[in-house]
Amino acid sequence: MRVALFITCVNDTLFPGTGRAVVSLLRRLGCDVDFPAAQTCCGQMHVNTGYREEGVRLARHFTEVFAGYDAVVAPSGSCAAMVREQYPKLARPGSRGAAAIAEVAPKVYELSEFLIDVLKVEDVGAYFPHRVTYHPTCHSLRGLHLGDRPTRLLKNVRGLELVPLPGSEECCGFGGTFAVKNPAVSAAMGADKTRNILDTGAEVLCAADNSCLMHIGGTLSRQKTGVRTMHLAEILASTEEAQ
Amino acid sequence: MSATFLGMPGNFPKNAAKAVHNSQLRYNLRKATHTIRGKRANVVGELPDWQELRAAGKAIKDHTLRNLDRYLIQLEEAVTRAGGTVHWARDAAEANAIVAGLVKATGETEVVKVKSMATQEIELNQALAEQGITAYETDLAELIVQLGDDFPSHILVPAIHRNRSEIREIFLEKMPKVPPHLTDDPPALAEAARLHLRERFLKSKVAISGANFMVAETGTLVVLESEGNGRMCLTLPETLISVVGIEKLLPSWRDLEVFLQLLPRSSTGERMNPYTSMWTGAVEGQDFHLVLLDNGRTDVLADEVGRQALRCIRCSACLNVCPVYERAGGHAYGSVYPGPIGAILTPQLRGMSSDLDASLPFASSLCGACYEVCPVAIDIPEVLVDLRAKAPHAAAERAGMKVAGWILNDHERLAKAQRAASRLRGLIPKRLPGPMSAWTDTRDMPEIPEESFRDWWERNERA
Repeated sequence: MRVALFITCVNDTLFPGTGRAVVSLLRRLGCDVDFPAAQTCCGQMHVNTGYREEGVRLARHFTEVFAGYDAVVAPSGSCAAMVREQYPKLARPGSRGAAAIAEVAPKVYELSEFLIDVLKVEDVGAYFPHRVTYHPTCHSLRGLHLGDRPTRLLKNVRGLELVPLPGSEECCGFGGTFAVKNPAVSAAMGADKTRNILDTGAEVLCAADNSCLMHIGGTLSRQKTGVRTMHLAEILASTEEAQ
Repeated sequence: MSATFLGMPGNFPKNAAKAVHNSQLRYNLRKATHTIRGKRANVVGELPDWQELRAAGKAIKDHTLRNLDRYLIQLEEAVTRAGGTVHWARDAAEANAIVAGLVKATGETEVVKVKSMATQEIELNQALAEQGITAYETDLAELIVQLGDDFPSHILVPAIHRNRSEIREIFLEKMPKVPPHLTDDPPALAEAARLHLRERFLKSKVAISGANFMVAETGTLVVLESEGNGRMCLTLPETLISVVGIEKLLPSWRDLEVFLQLLPRSSTGERMNPYTSMWTGAVEGQDFHLVLLDNGRTDVLADEVGRQALRCIRCSACLNVCPVYERAGGHAYGSVYPGPIGAILTPQLRGMSSDLDASLPFASSLCGACYEVCPVAIDIPEVLVDLRAKAPHAAAERAGMKVAGWILNDHERLAKAQRAASRLRGLIPKRLPGPMSAWTDTRDMPEIPEESFRDWWERNERA
C-alpha cells in the first residue's frame, strides 16, 4: 500500500526520530511510504490562537499537497484531529475549499488508527523491554476517539510492561500557545501530570503526540526525574535486532 | 453586602497565577471538583439513552432559540393570563430600575433572594443597596459568599473555594445570634444557617428569584434546588419578582421532562434534585412579576457560532471537569459565569474591550472535556477558537505569528529555518527571554536536532 506521510512541522523540526520510526515501522509492515516534500504544517497553531486567515492558508496548502493520496498517516493525534475535525469548519459550505477538504480529510489517519483500522495489525512485531505508561493526549482521546487502539498495540510489544497512568484522561497542560499564554496554570497541570507519571514507577512515558510529550518531558527533565518520553511510533519501531 | 465583579482588575493569566499559588484553594477545588465529577459520571453512566437525551436537549434549545421571539410572546401572554406582570429589560440598568421600582412600591426595604445568576450578572444587590434596599441571599452557599464579602466561585457551588473551617469563621464573625461554640461540623453549620434563614423567611414580604426554566405554553416558571430554601423564598413572601434571562425558555411542558433528567445528573450528580418548584403567574395572596432580561443575549443570538452558548442550562458540569478551572478557581474569570462556559459566555455578553474579557477565550487548553460532558452539547472549544479570532492580539504576537505563517507556508523556507535553527542550536540559552521565558521557567527546552526529518529523507531517499 502506498502511503503518504504527514510528519507534521513539530516532528519534522524537533523530533525527526519519530518520523524515521514511522518510516521504518510502516516499511516493516509492507507499506510503500512517501514523504511529499512540499508539506509544512496543518495550521493548528494559527487557527487555535485566533489567526484564522494564516491557518486557512496552511489548510489550503495541506489539501493541495495531499490531494492525490489514498491514505495519509500522521504520527500526531492533534494534527490528525485538526485536519479531520477542524478543517471542515474552516471552509464555506459548498465552496471549492470545502470540497477539497471533504476529499482529503477522511483519508488522514493517526498512526495507531492506520495500523489497526487499515492495516488490521495489532502486533507489529516490536520488542521493548521496559516499564511504560501511556498518556492518551486530549485530541487523540476526544478529537479522534482513538480509544484503546494505542494501548492495544503497546500490549503486543514483547518485553513491554504497560502500567496504568492515574488521571490519564486529564489534560497535561500543553494546549499549544496556552502553555505560554497561561504559564502558571499550564505548569500546575504539568506538575500534577508529572506526579501521576512518577507514581506509576514507569521508566518511559509514551504518547501519540510529541507536542504534549515536549511539555511533559520538559517538566520531567527540569525536575530531574530520569523518566524518558517516547512517541508511540518509536516504541512500535523498536525490534530485538535494533536493541 | 457581597462584592461586585464590575471593574475587576487584571486578566485571566494574572488572576490564575495568584490562585495557583494558594495551596488551600487548590486543595479545596481539587477535592470538590473531583468528588462531583465522579458522582456525575456514575449517574450519567446509569442511563443507556444519555446521548439521545443530550441530543434532545440540544435540539429543543436550538429550536427555541431559533423561534425565541415567538415563544417569548407566548410566554408573556400565558403569564399575564395567569395574573402575573411581565416586564422587559434590555440591559442591566433597565432590569435593576424595574426591580428597584417594584420593591419600592411595596414600601419594603429588605428582600430575600433565591439563587439567581441573572441578578448577579446585572449586579442587582448593589443597585438595590444604592436605593436603600438590602437583599439577603438565602441559598446556603450564596449566603456564605455574601457574609464573607466574597465573590461566587462556581455556578452551582458558589462557595466551592471555602472549606468548612473558613465557613465557621465567617458565620462566627458575620452571622448575628450564632452560637459562640459553633463547630465546623457540616450539620452544625447547616443548622446555624437554617435558624438564621428561617427568621428571614418569616419576616420578608418581598422575594427575588431566578428560574431554571420558563415554559412558554403555560407561562410556568421552574426552579430546581437542593435545600428547600428556594421554596420558602418562592412561597412565603407577598411579592415575588423573578428575573430571568430570555434564553431560559422552553416551548412546552413536555420539553421539561428532558431537562429534569439532564440538569440534576449533570450538576449535582443526583438522579433528581430534592426540590422542584413550579409556579404559574400569581398564586393566591401573592403578587408576581417576571422581568425578562436581554443584557446582550440578542447579540449572542446573532452570532452563528457563539449562539450555542445560549443553550447553557447552568449545570456547571464543564467547570467540574475543566483542568484549568480546577487550578485557577472561579474568581480568576472575573465574572459570575466562571469556567469553560464563562470563558465563552462572558466575552460574548460583555464584549472584549477590557483586558480581562479579552483574555477569557484563551483561558483553555482546548482539551475538550467540557464539550464531552455538556448536557446540551455546547461545543465550547469551537466557540473559544472562534472568539480567539475576534479577540485583540498584542502587536508582537501578531508579528511573530505572521512570520511563522510565512515560513510555514513554503517548505523551502521551512527547510531553511530548520537548518538555521540547527546551526545555532549551541547558542540557544537554557532560559529564554520574552514570552518564551514562560516555557523555560518550569520546563526544559527540547534539544534542536542536527538534522530535520525532511533533510534526513532527502539525504536517504532521494540520493
